[in-house]
Amino acid sequence: MAKVTIDGIEVEVPDGTSILNAARQIGGDVVPPAMCYYSSLKESGGKCRVCLVKVTQGSAKDPRPMPKLVASCRTNVMDGMVVQNITSPEVLEARKGVVEFLLLNHPLDCPICDQAGECDLQNLAYEHGAAKTRYEEDRRTFEKIDIGDKIKLHMTRCILCYRCTFVADQLTDNRVHGVLNRGDHSEISTHIEKAIDNDFSGNMIDVCPVGALTDKTFRFKSRVWFTKPMDAHRDCPKCSGKVVLWMKGEEVLRVSARKDQYNEVKEFICNECRYDHKDVKDWTVEGPRHIERSSVISQNHYEKIDLLKLKKEVERQLEFQKGKPLPEHNHSLNA
Amino acid sequence: MQALTNRSKVVSNKQMTFAEKMYLPAILGGISITIRHLFKKKATVSYPEVKREFSQVYRGQHVLKRDDKGAERCTACGLCAVSCPAEAITMTSAERKKGEENLYREEKYASTYEINMLRCIFCGLCEEACPKEAIFLTDRMVPTDFTRNEFVYGKDKLVEKTDDRVDVTKRQTKAVLDFKKIKQLSHNR
Repeated sequence: MAKVTIDGIEVEVPDGTSILNAARQIGGDVVPPAMCYYSSLKESGGKCRVCLVKVTQGSAKDPRPMPKLVASCRTNVMDGMVVQNITSPEVLEARKGVVEFLLLNHPLDCPICDQAGECDLQNLAYEHGAAKTRYEEDRRTFEKIDIGDKIKLHMTRCILCYRCTFVADQLTDNRVHGVLNRGDHSEISTHIEKAIDNDFSGNMIDVCPVGALTDKTFRFKSRVWFTKPMDAHRDCPKCSGKVVLWMKGEEVLRVSARKDQYNEVKEFICNECRYDHKDVKDWTVEGPRHIERSSVISQNHYEKIDLLKLKKEVERQLEFQKGKPLPEHNHSLNA
Repeated sequence: MQALTNRSKVVSNKQMTFAEKMYLPAILGGISITIRHLFKKKATVSYPEVKREFSQVYRGQHVLKRDDKGAERCTACGLCAVSCPAEAITMTSAERKKGEENLYREEKYASTYEINMLRCIFCGLCEEACPKEAIFLTDRMVPTDFTRNEFVYGKDKLVEKTDDRVDVTKRQTKAVLDFKKIKQLSHNR
């Protein structure tokens, strides 16, 4: 076990945990944002640099600070490590720069993009970015590509997080797409637009932090904030069958996997559940999905509040504000 | 009981005199007020023929603008509808096909766009939310009608005609126009 201090909050985590995951154990504002790291995909992380943190003390044995900011998703904790995230102006400044870099070639076509409203890059830019850009050259442009008949690739929006290639590597048996070219010419693509037709390929839509990979069956159907997300499940021989139905009236517009509070899917779903069961009768609806108040999707969204859970969470926050050590996080609230 | 204001009058049961019972002075007083008003300037105008002066920022009937080349600016992003406190706006979107570039400015457009004028409270939040400068409130009034359905305005009534443009330049204040000139704001590129 290793004891680390992140922004003055001490937490004990098993050896080999990354700083990012240690911060996630604390929860709240001290968690660095992540655009490429994905807990359920092996080897992901280290690409986008938005999770940079400052290590002011390397470990108890060697208290020297690390010379540069480090990517918290790829740096493991040491016993006695002291990390600064939001308390360090240097980190915030660096993160602002990273966001500016991510937005250099991003087309900012949010009014058109189907991801708008649930886009990680939108949230990141809103919280950490500057409104001004210093880039004067033209943005790179690509043709839109159909990956199979269900997925649309807008390469202009891609931030090269490589998550979708990890999905292809780890979830599907026959990898047919990857990254072509190098440097700023890099491009996610299939070889000669080969269709992706294995059972779990649809998960690259959920994994994409921006609107580069979108569901063609949902394309321009509705904006996400006009749909009602409902938890639902069905008996599926291929996957867990636990999904979110994005409904408008009685109509199921889109089926997606369930994402946790860091927008990560823990249980991937198969293509059959995603594309072929757009009828409420196929599903057992559990009830409205919990949506964060800060999200635009929560607009006009009603759900049953478990008052007991809410009371416990408020009490937990009050304890924390009094300066007491943080009581255990109530995970059931975010499930 | 103590009076709450000094405007209250004490009611008395005093008997009226004979002259007062005739009501003549009171009636004459009333008639004189009526006659005086006949010669005064009228407070109303007969609307369609005579129009009052409108403020430059009057919030009347909406218009969906076209750009300089005549293509519709609206991309059905839904921000007007989500900002609308009265939930008066609904739309469905569609994808632009090849060859329609002169009709629609962006890759996506509103295939239907409806504003329920009976729900609308003319607050102007849709105009404020619009990222594409597509919707504006104008100094035109919504005309009266006989059925409720007639007040649901579709694209036929909202989109401006190519040969009959609606001028909204006055609604864009100098501050807004100056803001749009700053090219460093990624918003303006």
